[in-house]
Amino acid sequence: MILTIAGKELRTLFASPLAWVVLTVMQLIVGYAFLRRLDDFLQLQPQLAQMASPPGITDLVAGPIFGTAAAVLLFAVPVLSMRLIAEERRNQTMVLLMSAPVSMTEIVLGKFVGLTAFLAGIVALTTLMPLALAGSARLDYGLLAALVVGLLLLAAAFSAVSLFVSCLTVHPVVAAIGAFAALLGMVLAGEAAGDGLRARGWTVAASLTQVFSPIKSFEPFGKGLLDTYAIACLVLLTTLALALAIRQLDAQRLRS
Amino acid sequence: MHTTSTERPQPVATMPEPEAASTISARGLTRTFGNHIAVNDVTLELRRGEVLGFLGPNGAGKTTTMHMLTGNLAPSRGEIRICGIDLLEQPSAAKARIGYLPEVPPLYRELTVDEYLQLAAKLHRVPRARRADAVATAKQRCGLSDTGGKLIGTLSKGYQQRVGIAQAIVHSPDVVVLDEPTVGLDPNQIRDIRGLIRELGGAHSVILSTHILPEVEAVCDRVQIMHHGELVYGDTIAALKQFERGTTVLVGLRRPPPVTELAALPGVAAADAIESMLFRIQFAAGADPIDALVKTAAARDWGLYQLKPAQTTLEDVFVHLTRREE
Repeated sequence: MILTIAGKELRTLFASPLAWVVLTVMQLIVGYAFLRRLDDFLQLQPQLAQMASPPGITDLVAGPIFGTAAAVLLFAVPVLSMRLIAEERRNQTMVLLMSAPVSMTEIVLGKFVGLTAFLAGIVALTTLMPLALAGSARLDYGLLAALVVGLLLLAAAFSAVSLFVSCLTVHPVVAAIGAFAALLGMVLAGEAAGDGLRARGWTVAASLTQVFSPIKSFEPFGKGLLDTYAIACLVLLTTLALALAIRQLDAQRLRS
Repeated sequence: MHTTSTERPQPVATMPEPEAASTISARGLTRTFGNHIAVNDVTLELRRGEVLGFLGPNGAGKTTTMHMLTGNLAPSRGEIRICGIDLLEQPSAAKARIGYLPEVPPLYRELTVDEYLQLAAKLHRVPRARRADAVATAKQRCGLSDTGGKLIGTLSKGYQQRVGIAQAIVHSPDVVVLDEPTVGLDPNQIRDIRGLIRELGGAHSVILSTHILPEVEAVCDRVQIMHHGELVYGDTIAALKQFERGTTVLVGLRRPPPVTELAALPGVAAADAIESMLFRIQFAAGADPIDALVKTAAARDWGLYQLKPAQTTLEDVFVHLTRREE
């Protein structure tokens, strides 16, 4: 049932221009960043050759473009997620799902899986760019894999948080702006709160704020590290947001 | 109202009900929004194969009740059983037996009719092997056989409404709940949809909400009238036609006396003026003052030009019940 709903989300997403616009913009921005980085790398190459253990092409090209992709997701996910609940409620199509023998959990997970699958497509397209160099350069596949895992987890966390915000309102635009504010707020405040707490020596509290600072959790992947704490933080944030979304939808059935 | 309390379906005893008896049984259904009581203590029962007309002025609580019956809204108090399955305790099993067409059909405009009905069938857990058949049957019953490949967004309102109905019956549910299914349709489409509803009544039970009264008289077996969140009337259409029949006449008088004089005639319970020369006279119970009325009219030269039994239509009953406080 989760897959049925996820499939429906993907189908309606690709039937609207939104998906194609997002994909196009994403490709343009990431593509530009990729070419720019590649250019820089080619210019730096003579100097790199003199270094004892120079950073490889994967470090210098793939790392930054995954960072760019993460930044673009920060904008794209809220726009994509506003359709999930807010727009369905607005168009009164939510009734189809609510009247069907489907639980609230299945609805939320179905929508989450649908959006995350679309984002996984974006991650795949991003990965193809450094892979295109495979014929002419030696790639660090370990680092590339870490980046892919990191970006996928980050995309999942973004979509779960945005999905929750989408449950809070029936106005799609409010949902999009709210989700964007929530994500950006997390990136900025989570970082600042972590630093502030660490400066006071409250290391445990500082570590916990990392749960709400997904970009910070993404950083270790850029160094090729599969940091279990960072993975746990992203998974925890995703789970928490999904649980809140389910609760919120259930509460709405009881309230109004 | 003399029929209200006695004709309302009696609450069933607390023992588990036999499967076949009733498809929907709701008891003491109450829903509040803050301090506002939208639906108050509604009890209704739907038997298999029956078409129930659900009437009421705007804002009477019909849609809220239907939302509760279909599990879209949790009742504040009360109990709902669908074919004996408790909707609140086993929502999935109960919802699988309901098809619901809300006031605004829940259509995805960017899907084709086939894709959409496939989706509805999947969501209602129609097994894969029977899905294609189920979709084809639903399309055929709703006259959509030629429109399968079209985008829902490009269809006319009438066809969208049909897709909405097809969605509600694709899993052949025991109960079909239709909220104002003929709004915005042209007369031919209304006829088609009514025919379809009557046909559905054979195999499924149907609850039909509307404020088009002839529609109820045309397709329903039974009618429930809701007003200010409460059921104020519930009876069969046949009994409805008996309601007040033969106890009221319309009298046209060219030179009428004051209305109080008419009301004072022996055997007359009440008289009121409809227009300046047309009066509605209600008889006292068991009395037949027609003769006396005609004689008096002739003797006093009231100019009697019309005398006919007031036909009781659903409209009269409806207006009578929903306007009485005003």
